[in-house]
Amino acid sequence: MFIRLWSLLRGKTKNKKQTDQAWAGRIKMPYFGLACLALFFLMVLFAEFLAPLDPLQGDLLKASLPPFWMDGGSWHNILGTDMLGRDVLSRLIYGARSSLIISVGCVAFYATIGVIIGLISGYVGGRIDMIIMRIADLWLSVPGIILLFVLASINGPSARTLILTFGIMGWPYTARIVRGETLSLKQRDFVKLAKVAGCSNLRIMFSHILPNIVNTLIILVTIDIGGIIVYTATMSFLGLGTQPPSCDWGLMLAEGKQYITYAWWLVTFPGIAIVIAVLGFNLTGDWIRELLDPKQKLQ
Amino acid sequence: MMMEQTNGQPGKVLEVNDLRTFFYTKKGVVKAVDGVSFDVDRGEIVGLVGESGCGKSITSLSIMRLVPQPAGRIVSGRILFNGEDLQLKSEEDMRRLRGDRLSMILQDPMVSMNQILTVGYQLGEVFRYHDKTGNTLREKCIRILEKVKVPSPERRIDDYPFQFSGGMCQRVLISMGIANNPDLLIADEPTTALDVTIRAQILHLMREICKESGTSIILITHDLATVAQICTRVIVMYAGRIVEQAPVKAFYKTPCHPYTVCLIKSVPVLGRRTERLFSIGGTPPNLLHPPQGCRFEPRCSQALEICRSQYPPEKEIAAGHRVSCWLYGQD
Repeated sequence: MFIRLWSLLRGKTKNKKQTDQAWAGRIKMPYFGLACLALFFLMVLFAEFLAPLDPLQGDLLKASLPPFWMDGGSWHNILGTDMLGRDVLSRLIYGARSSLIISVGCVAFYATIGVIIGLISGYVGGRIDMIIMRIADLWLSVPGIILLFVLASINGPSARTLILTFGIMGWPYTARIVRGETLSLKQRDFVKLAKVAGCSNLRIMFSHILPNIVNTLIILVTIDIGGIIVYTATMSFLGLGTQPPSCDWGLMLAEGKQYITYAWWLVTFPGIAIVIAVLGFNLTGDWIRELLDPKQKLQ
Repeated sequence: MMMEQTNGQPGKVLEVNDLRTFFYTKKGVVKAVDGVSFDVDRGEIVGLVGESGCGKSITSLSIMRLVPQPAGRIVSGRILFNGEDLQLKSEEDMRRLRGDRLSMILQDPMVSMNQILTVGYQLGEVFRYHDKTGNTLREKCIRILEKVKVPSPERRIDDYPFQFSGGMCQRVLISMGIANNPDLLIADEPTTALDVTIRAQILHLMREICKESGTSIILITHDLATVAQICTRVIVMYAGRIVEQAPVKAFYKTPCHPYTVCLIKSVPVLGRRTERLFSIGGTPPNLLHPPQGCRFEPRCSQALEICRSQYPPEKEIAAGHRVSCWLYGQD
C-alpha cells in the first residue's frame, strides 16, 4: 500500500505509468493542506536554521514586546516576546517538534495495538470477540485524564508520560472501528477465495483484509493526529505535559493566558500554529485516502 | 502424487456418505443438506444440478470444510477424499489440501476477488503455500494465466480485478482452481457470468485440463446444456437430497424421477414453438420444515399415498442409474 503510494508519487509505477499519473493528476491536490503540513514539517526539521533567536534565552529588558507592526514592536522579535523576553516566533518553531513527536508517538502507539486487536477480534469472532470488546468497554470507562494524573504523579509530568498514557488509553477507539470493518469484510467472497486458495488465517487477516481497512485507517490516524495535537496542548496547558522551560504550543498557551488582556500575541500565535498543523493533517489525510482508492481510477 | 488408500474404494477421488449439513438459526434448524451420498471417479466430470437453494453449494462447501461458521455445521456423514476422511483432518491439514489437491472455483467472479489487491497477488496465493517448481511466483502466475488464455498476461497481472471483464475474472478464478493440478476441482457455476461464446471456450478449457492432469470435476450448474456438453454423469439434487444419479445419456433419454423429468421438460428447445415454457408448479419446500416424506411430493403430479409419509430409498434401476422415488418399487 505505502509502496504503491510512494511509487505513485514519484511517478515510477511499472507498466501502468501513464494511466496512474493521469489518474493521480485528476484528483485535486489539497494545496492549502499540503502547504500547512509542509510549513509544519519545515519547522520540525529545520528549527535550528529557521528560528531567528534562541527560544530559551530570555532578555528581561525586552519582556512582552508586541509584534513588529505594532507600536514598540521591532523586526528583531517579529512576533513579539513573552513575559521573560523570549522570542515568540522562535519558541513557536521549536514547539512544532514537541507537538509532532507527542502526537505521532501517541497515535502510532495506540493505532498499532488497536489494529491488531481489532483484526483479531473481528476475524475470530465468537467468544474471543465478546471478551475483547468487553475489555475495550471497560477501558473506555477509565477517564484518561485521571490516569494521566496518576502516572504524572508517579513518573513526573513529561512528554513521555503523555505518550504512554494516550498510547495505552487510545486503542479501543481504533480497535472498534477496525473490528467493525473486519466483521463486514470477512463476510465478503474474497475471504472465501483466499481460504479456497489455502491461505492461513493470519495471512487472510493481514494481507487480504487489512489493505481494505487502510483507507479508513489513514483518515482515522490523520484526524487523530490533529485531535491529539489539540489534546496534548490542553494537557500541557494544564501542566500535565511538557514542562517549562521547553517549548510547546500548549505550554505557551498556558503561560500566556494570564496576560491575555494586554499581550494577546502570547496566546494567538500558538493557537494559529495548532490550527494550521491540525488542518494540514486533516486535509492531507483526505487526499491520501482518495489517492489510494484504486476505484478512483475508473471515474 | 502418491496416495494413501487407507480405506475407501480404489479409483474413487471422492466418496460422500450420508452427509448432513445443518444451519442453526434463530428460527430453527435449516437442513440445507440432509443425507447426501455420492462418489466421484478419477478423471470424471460430474454435473450437480438442481434449483437455487437445493444445497448444491453447501454440499461443495462441506467438502471443502468451509461451511459458514458458526451457524452451519456438518452434523453427520463421512467425506473420503483419496480415501482419507476429511472430517478427521486438522485445520492446518485442510488448509494445505485446499488450493492444492482439492480446489474450488467460486461463483460470482467479480465479487469473489479482492478489489484492492492486484490479480497477480491473489493468484500467487495458490502457489505461495504449495510450491512445486523453482520458478518465481510471477512467472508461475503468468504461465497459468496463459493457460486460461488471458491475453498479454505479463501486463494484465499487475491490473486490479475491476479492470477485468467478468469473463476475464472468471478465467483468473479458473486458473486459481487448476493451478496445482488438483485431484478434485469443484466448479460452482463457473460459466454463469459468461456469454455463450466464452462459455464454450471455458468449458472446452476445463475438459482439456481434466484430460491432461486427470483432475476430477464436480460441476455445479443450473444449465442443463452445459451438463450435456461436458459431463459424464449427472447428480440431481432437490431440497437438500439427491433424487437421481445417472450417466449423462440416461439422464436425457430416460429420466426417472418426476422432478428430473420436469427439469428436462422446462428447457426451451430450439425450433419447437410452444405456447408457454413448461414450469414446475409450486415452490421448493422450506428447509426449516421439510415435508415428512418425499420432498417433491407437494409438487409431484404422480404422487402416491406413501410419498407423503416416507422418504423413498435409493434404488438402482440400471447400471449407475439410481433414483429415489416410490414409483420405482416399494420394497
